[in-house]
Amino acid sequence: MSDQSPQALAEEEQRANKTELMVNDFSIQVATVNGSGSQSSNSVLMRSIFQMGIPVSGKNLFPSNIAGLPTWFTIRANKDGWIARKKEIDFLVAMNADTAREDVMALDPGRVVVYEETLRLNQLRKDLTFFPVPFAKLATGITTDSRLRKLLANMIYVGVVGELMEIDPAEMETALTKQFKGKAKAVALNKLALEAGRKFAQENLDRHLVPFRCRRMNATTGKIIIDGNSAAALGCMFAGITVATWYPITPSSSLVETLAEYMHEYRIGPDGKATFAIVQAEDELAAVGMAIGAGWAGARSMTSTAGPGISLMNEFVGLAYYGEIPVVIFDVTRVGPSTGLPTRTQQSDILAIVNCSHGDTQHIMLIPNSVSECFDMAVDAFDLTERFQTPIFVMSDLDLGMNNWMSDGFKYPTRKFDRGKVLSAEDLERLGKFERYRDVDGDGIPYRTLPGTDHPAASYFTRGSGHNEKALYSEKPEDYKNNMDRLAKKYDTARKYVPQPEVQYAKGANIGFLAFGTSHWAIIESMDQLQREFKMPISYYRLRAVPFTKDLVEYFEKHDRVYVVEQNRDGQMAGLIKLELSSELGSKIRSIRHYSGLPIDARFVTDAIVAAEAEEKGAKK
Amino acid sequence: MSTTMQPPTTTPPPPKVNRIGLNMAQYKGADSTLCAGCGHDAITASIIKAFYEYGVDPHKVAKLSGIGCSSKTPAYFLGQSHGFNGVHGRMPAIATGVMLANQQLLAVGVSGDGDTASIGMGQFVHLLRRNIPMMYIVENNGVYGLTKGQFSATADFGSKAKGGYINNLPAIDICALAIELGCNFVCRSFAGDPKQLGALLKAALGHKGTTLFDVISPCVTFNNHEGSTKSYKYAKDHEELLHEISYVPFFEQIKVDYKEGEGKDVELHDGSHIRLRKTSHDYDPTSKAQAMNMLRQCQESNEFLTGLIYVNEEKPDFLSQLHMVDAPLATLPQELTQPSPEDLKKIMSELM
Repeated sequence: MSDQSPQALAEEEQRANKTELMVNDFSIQVATVNGSGSQSSNSVLMRSIFQMGIPVSGKNLFPSNIAGLPTWFTIRANKDGWIARKKEIDFLVAMNADTAREDVMALDPGRVVVYEETLRLNQLRKDLTFFPVPFAKLATGITTDSRLRKLLANMIYVGVVGELMEIDPAEMETALTKQFKGKAKAVALNKLALEAGRKFAQENLDRHLVPFRCRRMNATTGKIIIDGNSAAALGCMFAGITVATWYPITPSSSLVETLAEYMHEYRIGPDGKATFAIVQAEDELAAVGMAIGAGWAGARSMTSTAGPGISLMNEFVGLAYYGEIPVVIFDVTRVGPSTGLPTRTQQSDILAIVNCSHGDTQHIMLIPNSVSECFDMAVDAFDLTERFQTPIFVMSDLDLGMNNWMSDGFKYPTRKFDRGKVLSAEDLERLGKFERYRDVDGDGIPYRTLPGTDHPAASYFTRGSGHNEKALYSEKPEDYKNNMDRLAKKYDTARKYVPQPEVQYAKGANIGFLAFGTSHWAIIESMDQLQREFKMPISYYRLRAVPFTKDLVEYFEKHDRVYVVEQNRDGQMAGLIKLELSSELGSKIRSIRHYSGLPIDARFVTDAIVAAEAEEKGAKK
Repeated sequence: MSTTMQPPTTTPPPPKVNRIGLNMAQYKGADSTLCAGCGHDAITASIIKAFYEYGVDPHKVAKLSGIGCSSKTPAYFLGQSHGFNGVHGRMPAIATGVMLANQQLLAVGVSGDGDTASIGMGQFVHLLRRNIPMMYIVENNGVYGLTKGQFSATADFGSKAKGGYINNLPAIDICALAIELGCNFVCRSFAGDPKQLGALLKAALGHKGTTLFDVISPCVTFNNHEGSTKSYKYAKDHEELLHEISYVPFFEQIKVDYKEGEGKDVELHDGSHIRLRKTSHDYDPTSKAQAMNMLRQCQESNEFLTGLIYVNEEKPDFLSQLHMVDAPLATLPQELTQPSPEDLKKIMSELM
């Protein structure tokens, strides 16, 4: 660095020249405290890389707290498009004194650390490259406002990182302007900070010591960056949602909040009036109750929540199942049980949902793996709930819902809405009679009418108590059984309508993966690792919905072992699949479970498969 | 059940009909399965009569309830209206959702004291606070009937259960609570006073916002004995009339039949009038302070106050604050609820 002797400099240069540059394949971790305003800076950093055409993903690991606790934001750039979490950190920006030591000690040798110079981190290890930066001092040069100085320090590190990795300065300015859109003063100040960081790095830090580089490529053209909650919100809007009732809960709150923003822009009629109602309820019981009331009266209604909310909604969900009322419920899953880890991710609500509420119930779950599926499945959910007159659960998770994901632009849903079997006054006049719970078509799905239908035969009485085909109160054993059997038949019919799985049979593979939701990204990267490093071909069945479809059995028949990979402790989906299969096929299930609260990564999966396969072979010998 | 009902025009010979051409029978429902003499059945009869006299169009009504004896009653009136018997204490959420989906409906909620003031308190207070346009009738007997006579949260302090034990917790006064939380039509009546109850029900049909009915409705099986404060006898002995009530519907000419200073005439949102003729009280039901004061006095003297306790026709209801299109959201066509491909393109470009 600048104060080193000429001899030391020469040595440095030699070393740097020998270092192999890792182009467009690295991870950056910014360690800071929450509430410090680093979110915008991290966004600018991620977007700059994205704008250079490099595939990128961002994951925010944050505490359940407002301000002052450790937060880590990880950006992964990968030229091959792998966007799952990467366990190893290549480039650390250490801004948080409380975690700096731990963060530095966790790095693999040869990695790079940028840090606030007063933290003196360079004394901790000899096998890392350290770059001290006087963030506080640099910020003082830009503004005298002490509150602003803290915020600007964040943009200074963006400048430093950009300079060291050769991120195009023009793209950084574009990303910054976009981030602070419409706030001229913020744009100007942040530009100064960005520039201060770049200038400091140019003059004081040796880029040649950094083995990571950004080089322009062409892999993000036409792509968008969005989080799953916003994507789901857009799906709801384009599905013609009319009523959303909700109660705030991490990590689902931003779903309805974003929905409200978009709806106020795109769903106000020419007369200035809204074609929707969004209501914040007093709790989750009321939120789902309102959505069910609205669904009963004919609206396309939705609520959005997470595990604790699902627990509270149980009774109402049973009513909607038994009374046969449409409602869409988003579960943006977080870590349970109880309050659990509200800001960490998991896939642990599978069993709590599939038989949600007391008594015999069966629910339909749609499981998106990506932001574009959040959009598509939100659209599907409203058609399915009105077709099947039963709650539809869309199973997102915190990793998908709250993190930024790169994606192709969403496709406009061109099909006509399926409003289901609803009889109008004219239909009733033609038919002469109407029985609410009769299986007229043999698919288990009855007809309904909406309150407000102007015909004397339209009315019926919905109840959560026993009822017969005419919706009259009944305790007769045959009425109860007929109704329950019809509900089971309806669930069976749904198998053909729900999103079908994506199945890839690998050539010569006798083993297969079965996974769902966000585990997908680790699975596909692991498949690549298994092939390249271990010459191990493996098939992949990506489950996209419950109830299961016919080809599940076929997939098990064609493999010796199926590794069900999921992000919960108990192998919930593996258990559910076991119930679906014969005992012979069920014995092929191998369960791999990742449940630390962090998103699953490819290396974890690969290691688990390799170890398990070695054990199988050992057992055979 | 409604499916066996004939359209009004085909019913020979023409019986007495109301202003929309329906006869009283068309406002009835299934036969009651409650105990003979139950106060709830008297309230059901009052609802049938009031809705018939007002000329409510049954297909525009949504009947809503929770769980309990009272919550069964929507099956016993307005057979041509849709009904929804939900879960215990959660009718307010259902009602709110129904009204969001279709603001042209007339929501009639029937609940009990347990369903409202015990398990349902959480949703009840938020319904009142929002001022959801609906009729909310509490059939208040102070006990749980279906589970055989346990006290509810409206049981009066010191009242005696059928099994002999004494309630030592204070009663929740539903009317005082409702006024406090911003309800703008609050009344208390008695199942055994169909004249007063009928006038109040019709007046409520003309109000925009939540109308709260606390109707003392004796449970003949579990709470009609000596020592009960919710028995027919106790109610009759302790009833304190705030005023004599009469009702003039919007479709009838108003006649002045009392002198200045003898009473108060309140014009309702639908143009109907409710006339409150003075009794021994000089009472202004448009004064919140006076209403709260009067309720407190009657609590202290163990009097059972009936009448229109508080009314305010000025306050906006919840739906008017949502600025929704006039047509029901439930049946808006796809053209109105799905933004265009250009809109999606614009949103996508902003995310690039």
